[in-house]
Amino acid sequence: MFFDIGLDLFPLLAAVFAAVSCALLGNFLVLRRLSLMGDAISHSVLPGLVIAFLITSTRSPIAMFAGAAIAGVATVVLVEFVKRFGRVESGAAMGVVFSILFALGVLLIEQAAARHVDLDADCVLHGQLETLVWYSAPDSFGGLFTLQTLQQTPRQVKTLAITLILAIGFVTLLFKELRLAAFDSALATTLGFNATFLHYLLMIFVATATVASFEAVGSILVIAMLICPAAVARLFTDRLGSQIICSVIVALICSIGGYFSATILPSAFGIDAVNAAGAMAMMGGIVLAIAVFVSPSHGVISRVIRRRRLSGRVALDDLLAAIFRATEKGQLQPTRTELQIGFAHANLHRTIQRANHLQLVEPIGTQQVRLTESGMQAASEVVRRHRLWEHYLVEKVGLAPDHVHETAELLEHLPPRPPQGPESDPHGKVIPKGFS
Amino acid sequence: MTPGTGPSSIQDVTDEWPAIAEIIETITLRAGHNTNMVIAGTTLLGLAAGLIGVFALLRNRSLMTDALSHATLPGITLAFLILGAKSLPVLLLGATITGVLGVLCIQLLLRHTRLREDASIGIVLSVFFGAGIVGLSYIQVNAPSGSGGLNHFIYGQAATMQPRDVVLMGAIALAAMIATIFLLKEFTIVCFNDAFARVDGWPVGLIDLLMMALVVVVTVAGLQAVGLILVVSLLIIPPVAARFWTDRLPRLVIIAALIGACSGYTGSVVSALFPRKPAGAVIVLTAGVFFAISMFFAPRRGVIAITIRRQKLRMKIAGDHLLEFAHDLGETMISRDQYLGFAKLHAWSKTYTAMVGFSLARDGMIERVNQGGITLTDAGVRRGNRVSRNHALWEQYLVSYADIAPSHVDWSVDLVEHVLSEDLVLELESALRKRGVVIPEHTIVGGR
Repeated sequence: MFFDIGLDLFPLLAAVFAAVSCALLGNFLVLRRLSLMGDAISHSVLPGLVIAFLITSTRSPIAMFAGAAIAGVATVVLVEFVKRFGRVESGAAMGVVFSILFALGVLLIEQAAARHVDLDADCVLHGQLETLVWYSAPDSFGGLFTLQTLQQTPRQVKTLAITLILAIGFVTLLFKELRLAAFDSALATTLGFNATFLHYLLMIFVATATVASFEAVGSILVIAMLICPAAVARLFTDRLGSQIICSVIVALICSIGGYFSATILPSAFGIDAVNAAGAMAMMGGIVLAIAVFVSPSHGVISRVIRRRRLSGRVALDDLLAAIFRATEKGQLQPTRTELQIGFAHANLHRTIQRANHLQLVEPIGTQQVRLTESGMQAASEVVRRHRLWEHYLVEKVGLAPDHVHETAELLEHLPPRPPQGPESDPHGKVIPKGFS
Repeated sequence: MTPGTGPSSIQDVTDEWPAIAEIIETITLRAGHNTNMVIAGTTLLGLAAGLIGVFALLRNRSLMTDALSHATLPGITLAFLILGAKSLPVLLLGATITGVLGVLCIQLLLRHTRLREDASIGIVLSVFFGAGIVGLSYIQVNAPSGSGGLNHFIYGQAATMQPRDVVLMGAIALAAMIATIFLLKEFTIVCFNDAFARVDGWPVGLIDLLMMALVVVVTVAGLQAVGLILVVSLLIIPPVAARFWTDRLPRLVIIAALIGACSGYTGSVVSALFPRKPAGAVIVLTAGVFFAISMFFAPRRGVIAITIRRQKLRMKIAGDHLLEFAHDLGETMISRDQYLGFAKLHAWSKTYTAMVGFSLARDGMIERVNQGGITLTDAGVRRGNRVSRNHALWEQYLVSYADIAPSHVDWSVDLVEHVLSEDLVLELESALRKRGVVIPEHTIVGGR
């Protein structure tokens, strides 16, 4: 049995709701380089929670949210205060504020524990996902669609569902404003949106999502889901809209995948289930590690491939240009040794092979090479670009003629087809005609 | 539930105070060998953390150490799983390995992806810690023998530490401290100008690595006493607090070390005396008290000092403007209507207007006459003259030297005219004279 409704449904729902609401908000934290503010808030809502609890003596969600929101805003204000007056960088300011507040929370929890109050410091860290068991669950999925299901849904799941709806509403309704504030808060302010107000509103939402997730999944998962999905999405796309969608997908993968790898995978090996919240955070790390390598636009692998392609193209251009210059001097079939001098690359042999394969160059014997018809065309394009750039750098930029070769050597590989230009370059060499 | 009687109200949660004699015994290190060891160990730890924390702060690595301390948890659980028993040196070795691995991951993410430092730190912190929690839950269920103490690494448990564990912690802290003291010069030069250090032939990479290694060592040493969530604050809070008191590095290091040591001492003493005061939290809160005191009451950089200074300057500038206004009118007496009109022009509130008047009167610049008007004293006339002259001088300078259009200078001059020193005024005069600019002369040239 892969999915037991009674055992798995509510924990899974709680995890998914928490992960998706955190991921939605996390997008803006990562963009504004405030990821660690999420970390700081998730630590410092602890005293807010405990104080709210000690004052009201209830675990009513409203009191908890009020406490958390106040603690969240207080963290942001205090960090700003310490940063301004302490003249320290924001990381240190956050470290000071959240560790003091967290220590206060730990102390208060210990005090409360003295009175047999059910607040557990450990559960703050990794939640109580496993305790959301549904004892009178129906046997099949068909039995789920009754009013009874709604009545028997645990409080944590309901709270998280409301949080998710709030987060979705916040992000969709204020999408335009959030985007503006994330990329250009000064412009937002001049256009009449209060960027500071929006900033605090975002922080309040982060604090709310944090506290809603606390009981069920713990603060580890909150931090992981605030940052990881958005970071993965940043690696795949440059558009904010698709980044948000992508982050939601990653959050789903992490929560569902993490949950099953914590509960079902271990039981397949005959060992007991491990902590699900921790496994989800790990899943976030795994997804990120994969994304770092395979992302088509920003991944390591694709970047290596792009770089090798570029250096291959540059080497080919350089080879053709070198043979062309030898040809100009009347050396129609330069030897490899001669080319090696003007040719900085160690991979001369490989480049010649590739040029031969592309039918741009043909070997004469073992030592000499010659340009083919199409090779001649390609080579003269490169040399033409080089010399036109030299002309431009001397005439328009005003560099001395003996200073322009290196720059032109780099610029000659740029793709655009140069315009019509003069007949000769600053050194008096003929600029080859373009083939068009 | 009425406050004071309910089981969960704040008022009710008080501890029995221990006897005075017991307090004195603990404070003066006569409460038994074990307690003394713990107190000495945490004090040393605080001292070492304060020392090395200064350099972590100067290198902007405060939160990197946070990720480091969270990343030690999977190492602890792995070491326990592999060895199957609790042996502190092995657990700390495991902690060091994954901690360093975490820091390396941050560096790799920074170098090879487009993710920024904040996101990289957050990712490593949460993912590694999540892995540690998974490991802990696995150990609790599947390998229950002797695993009880592993939880203590999260929140710390100084009071129940074994004597030899305390000795290990104290020894590591002492070694880190001595190493830091010997390497002070090298660390200083790398922190303040690493490019210069490199040109000067210092092995900057190696020194930087050593600095990071000492941070790792202190973090790992503090794990058991303070807990991995709060150990980082021992590295961050004392240096930030010390920063309020001085701008000199040697003093900064000493003050930070003292604050760290005091926090460590107080924390362990309090947790030895009271049953439900975890040492880690008390240590951090003590450091927090030092921080709050420093932030508000430090003589030059404290919030109060800065506020007073700013207020004084604002008063001086506002007074200067009023005196200049009188001077430009050519009057030594300003009627109530003129005064209020001037206040309105500058958008001063009623209180502020009254405060400006009061501060000027206190300095002997003005005297009050009937119906709310004021009259300038000789000193006030001289001051108004000088401000007005400075204004004109600077205006001329901007127009003739800085090539600013005459219609654009007035606003910036209003800001600068109050801070021109006597030397600068003389210099301006001679510079402008050389250019053949007509220097504004005033009827009374005094005040210097």
